[in-house]
Amino acid sequence: MNLWEYIADRRDLLLFETAQHASMVAQCVLVAAVIGVAVGVVTYRRPRGAALATGTAGVLFTVPSLAMLGLLIPVLGLGVAPSVTAIVLYALLPIIRNTVVGLQGVDPMLVDAARGIGMSRLRALTRIELPLAWPVILTGIRVSTQLAMGIGAVAAYVSGPGLGEQIFSGLARLGGANAVNSTLTGTLGVALLALAFDACFVLLGRLTRPGGRRA
Amino acid sequence: MPETAAGGGGVPIELRAVTKRFPGAAAPAVNELDLTIAAGEIVVLLGPSGCGKTTTMRMINRLDEPTSGDILIGGRSARDIDPDRLRRNIGYVIQQAGLFPHLTVAANIAQVPRLLKWDSGRIARRVEELLTLVGLDPATFAQRYPRALSGGQQQRVGVARALAADPPVMLMDEPFGALDPITRERLQDELLRLQEELAKTIVFVTHDVDEALKIGDRIAIMERGARIVQYARPAEILTAPAGEYVEQYLGGGSSMRLLRLTKVGDIRLDSVPHATAGADARALLAQAEDEGRDFALVVDEAGRPRRWVSAADLAAARGPVGELGEETGPPIGHRMTLQDALEALLNADSDVVPVVGRGQAYAGVLSLSTVQNAIQAIKARERERRRRRLSGLTGDSGDGGSGDGGPGDSGSGPGGGA
Repeated sequence: MNLWEYIADRRDLLLFETAQHASMVAQCVLVAAVIGVAVGVVTYRRPRGAALATGTAGVLFTVPSLAMLGLLIPVLGLGVAPSVTAIVLYALLPIIRNTVVGLQGVDPMLVDAARGIGMSRLRALTRIELPLAWPVILTGIRVSTQLAMGIGAVAAYVSGPGLGEQIFSGLARLGGANAVNSTLTGTLGVALLALAFDACFVLLGRLTRPGGRRA
Repeated sequence: MPETAAGGGGVPIELRAVTKRFPGAAAPAVNELDLTIAAGEIVVLLGPSGCGKTTTMRMINRLDEPTSGDILIGGRSARDIDPDRLRRNIGYVIQQAGLFPHLTVAANIAQVPRLLKWDSGRIARRVEELLTLVGLDPATFAQRYPRALSGGQQQRVGVARALAADPPVMLMDEPFGALDPITRERLQDELLRLQEELAKTIVFVTHDVDEALKIGDRIAIMERGARIVQYARPAEILTAPAGEYVEQYLGGGSSMRLLRLTKVGDIRLDSVPHATAGADARALLAQAEDEGRDFALVVDEAGRPRRWVSAADLAAARGPVGELGEETGPPIGHRMTLQDALEALLNADSDVVPVVGRGQAYAGVLSLSTVQNAIQAIKARERERRRRRLSGLTGDSGDGGSGDGGPGDSGSGPGGGA
């Protein structure tokens, strides 16, 4: 059976796993984005707070993903819970860091102008600072998404959902029938999904660029 | 929503013993400052960087909170007003405009009205009105982004944004500092034109002496700790600087500056015999001889200067003056500064140039000596005013009196124009 026949044969299963993978990544990144931006917003004005936040996220980042998943098993068991937790944790670092960098990069003069014409702290943040930092934050989210794609595949190790299942079952049966096909399908699927997500980010970036398109 | 007085107008501002101490700084940035700013005046805070002038200004809209002392705006203590609401009623213009780059020009201007929850129709009308007011065509500029504008245009939008809710008070922190000299001059002129209409109370921070002299109704010259060395009108600062610090700060050329500040219409002009072309030549000659002139001016029916005629020409003529003599060349307008007038005098073919007032009609004539006498008269007048005040006050700044006797050019000759 060649690769194409393998895929044709399991079309429904593969589509399901792809959809599962995409949905898992999207939801995890969404959660990570909400937490990450919030942490960034809270800490960016306090150098020590910002260092602590990025430092902690950085330490988590250095833990190998297999080890992280393994460590989460005793706490959260198998399946969706440890997978989602691991992905969110990994996705946090780029988002927090870029949020902090993006917000710190907004010209203080503009914040001064915003406050000076009578905007409250919150309004200056939501109307001026966040929109201006948005391209940098979006880049962080984009990097996180790519990360989440890969780690999502590894999540099959703890019986997580998604295309990782194809990769791991193939690797487990290496030498057996369709082992290579299965691994290859999973890998290609993740890669294609990653490209598709990235394309979405490019589009989103264009649509939400502050100051609109070139006037 | 408390809407500010429609039709503009300013309110007075009073700083009472205001002190600002920044944490970690040895000396206070502003120390026990008292300053009263009259409604509708432009007061310039002038001083070197780090002297506390910007901090002083920022305390008025509470971007910096005073450590002690009180600031009254229109009789109300700024402390009693919520800072955000206070700032919506105080226009704020900063260097390089500080426009929000992700918003269109219209959206930038609309920020304060939106904070005040105006309805969108009213905001749109106001934005259009303001763009026109600051000399930008709404159709061309409203939907542009700030980066598509030149520095001068950006600062116009900055001023429009500050004026949006028609606040009685405007704070301007070196608004034209980053612009090229030509654009700066133009924007200064336009600010003065706007102020003539709007009569806001404006606090204007700069370290540029010439800008201060040009813009300010009054100037507060500051040194470190925001200590006011002199608080006076520009002409008085030029003619009677309070001590060495002010003189140093002004640098040389205060007479040149006086030339730039004084309008031709403000000084005593010379007069020459003048008549229309239909007048009798002999009569005009007699008039010239009476006044000790060997020439006269021919004006048209509307009183506009046309030709110079010499006594000799008049003596040779019979009947009406007619087309005798030669063209006068371009006249000097009564709203020109003395400096521009001087320039015109130096470039003119004749020693005497006619001055025209409203409707280009003859108002007098100007010569180099007229200008010289005028300058000396202004200086003498200011010296006299100062001497009188000092003798009334006694003490305070006795050292400032040294400026009185000194200057070598004080031998004001008896004016020919008197």
